[in-house]
Amino acid sequence: MISFERVTKRFPGGTVAVDDLTLDVPEGEVVVLVGPSGCGKTTTMRMVNRMTEPTSGTITVDGRDVMAQDPATLRRRVGYVIQQVGLFPHRTIAQNVATVPQLLGWDDRRTTARVRELMELVGLPEGVADRYPHQLSGGQRQRVGVARALAADPPVMLMDEPFGAVDPIVRGRLQEEFLRLQREVRKTIIFVTHDIDEAILMGDRIAIFSQGGVLEQYAAPRELLADPANDFVIEFLGSERGLKRLALIKVSEVHAEPGPVVNPNAGRTVARDVALAFGTDYVVVVDDGRLRGWVSLHEIDDGQTVADAPLRRFALQVSAEDSLRAALNAMITSRTGVTVRVSSGDRYQGILTQDVIAKEIM
Amino acid sequence: MTPLLAQELVDWSWVASHLDDVQSRTAEHLVLTVVPLVVGFAIAFPLALAARRWEPLYGPMLAFSGVLFTIPSLALFALMIPVTGLSRLTALIPLTMYTLLLLVRNTVEGLRGVPTDVREAALAMGYSRRRLLREVELPLALPVIVAGLRITAVTTIGLVTVTALIGQGGFGQFFLDGFIRRFSTPIMVGLVLSVALAVVFDLGLLAVQWAMTPWQRGR
Repeated sequence: MISFERVTKRFPGGTVAVDDLTLDVPEGEVVVLVGPSGCGKTTTMRMVNRMTEPTSGTITVDGRDVMAQDPATLRRRVGYVIQQVGLFPHRTIAQNVATVPQLLGWDDRRTTARVRELMELVGLPEGVADRYPHQLSGGQRQRVGVARALAADPPVMLMDEPFGAVDPIVRGRLQEEFLRLQREVRKTIIFVTHDIDEAILMGDRIAIFSQGGVLEQYAAPRELLADPANDFVIEFLGSERGLKRLALIKVSEVHAEPGPVVNPNAGRTVARDVALAFGTDYVVVVDDGRLRGWVSLHEIDDGQTVADAPLRRFALQVSAEDSLRAALNAMITSRTGVTVRVSSGDRYQGILTQDVIAKEIM
Repeated sequence: MTPLLAQELVDWSWVASHLDDVQSRTAEHLVLTVVPLVVGFAIAFPLALAARRWEPLYGPMLAFSGVLFTIPSLALFALMIPVTGLSRLTALIPLTMYTLLLLVRNTVEGLRGVPTDVREAALAMGYSRRRLLREVELPLALPVIVAGLRITAVTTIGLVTVTALIGQGGFGQFFLDGFIRRFSTPIMVGLVLSVALAVVFDLGLLAVQWAMTPWQRGR
């Protein structure tokens, strides 16, 4: 959808901001450009809608060379969101959102309908439509910025640290909503940030840049974390690379073992045989498919059943959609050292062991 | 000869019998204020735009209009007489020149004050330069531009009182009358009218600004 071919940007004075960049952004994906300041990530983004022009090389959007198009026309088809938002202080929220439809000459009825639809889409209360930007909170202004960029339904969006100016709690919520929104609208997005965690969270693919606009690696987040190309990437990913990777893998993607399962009526001998087979000193009690808890072998007396022994609960359980990071957390907080996987209604699906986690990190 | 202030400050019967004079002096004063303001702004505005476009022009432009501003008005009127005689132009041309410094400076500063991110966002959404100026930069610069117009208007109203010396009327005529005849009433009338006119212009322009900048209310 967006493609850079041997693109270089050299500023007057000789500073190279982007160095011989070749990169393809597939349709409907979020590509995050990340790197330290001065790595050319913002310059790279700005060349897509000609806010900055390349010194050499070719950039195409949907197969058409951007340098062959009228800048204003090109820009009306490319959504743009920046950290400072840049709302028009002299226009109401509704008028701000209507900016591009107005430039494109939409009639009033269509514009009004679109504005209402967008405000709802980004979660703005209807009451703010006639307010001015300075009357809104920072988080609300960011939402207006996103709504304004989406107004004419552009196929391509450029976002430069769009959530950089709000506090961490609001940022987390905006990120989550953004991902939900993107699942709905499926735009082709170039997203710039200096925050690797945000990159991992938001990106279908991540391009890591170093000083002087050199592309160090371009890969999906999981691949990046599993197989960093060089020392620069390793250092940039930070010390918790393994944990970050686990956060991206879902429980449903790894094998759950059946585990030392008994039903409540099992006697002491049966329980011991089952535990032995799995190498544990406890059994998992499952009654008619439903998880009840676990029982320590030492607490089952001779001649008694599992049901007579004190039943302990698993404080944390995981289900298919949880991450392996959540599974690891459950594991290290349980005396059994494993995590149980359940589906809705506490239906037992097996256990996850540290071996499974270790295999993923290696 | 009676000293100037020995009599009563205002002789109301004189005022009553000179209402026609008051009217025509006011009309003259208005013309001598409004024409330089309008023509001055018409010259200053494109100059300010040029200074925005080509930054190096701004320094020399300010220096030149600053020098014009420092020339004493009476001297400038006197210098004009050989060129334009004792016509109204002799008053209008210097008065217009005096407006340039304040109008150019405030227009440029107003446009400069438009936040970079707002300008950037407008361009990135596909505004042409002309439309950016008309729909974004000018509305946002308006308070600073109007501030320039207000101070220019008040300054000009004061300056116009001097033009009576070259026979162009205005409230200055009352001052001349009063000085020559050692009679305080016309002086007081001219003073009050002059101040009143300045206040009317100042508040009028402020009202125009209020009406044109709804987003600034209740801030």
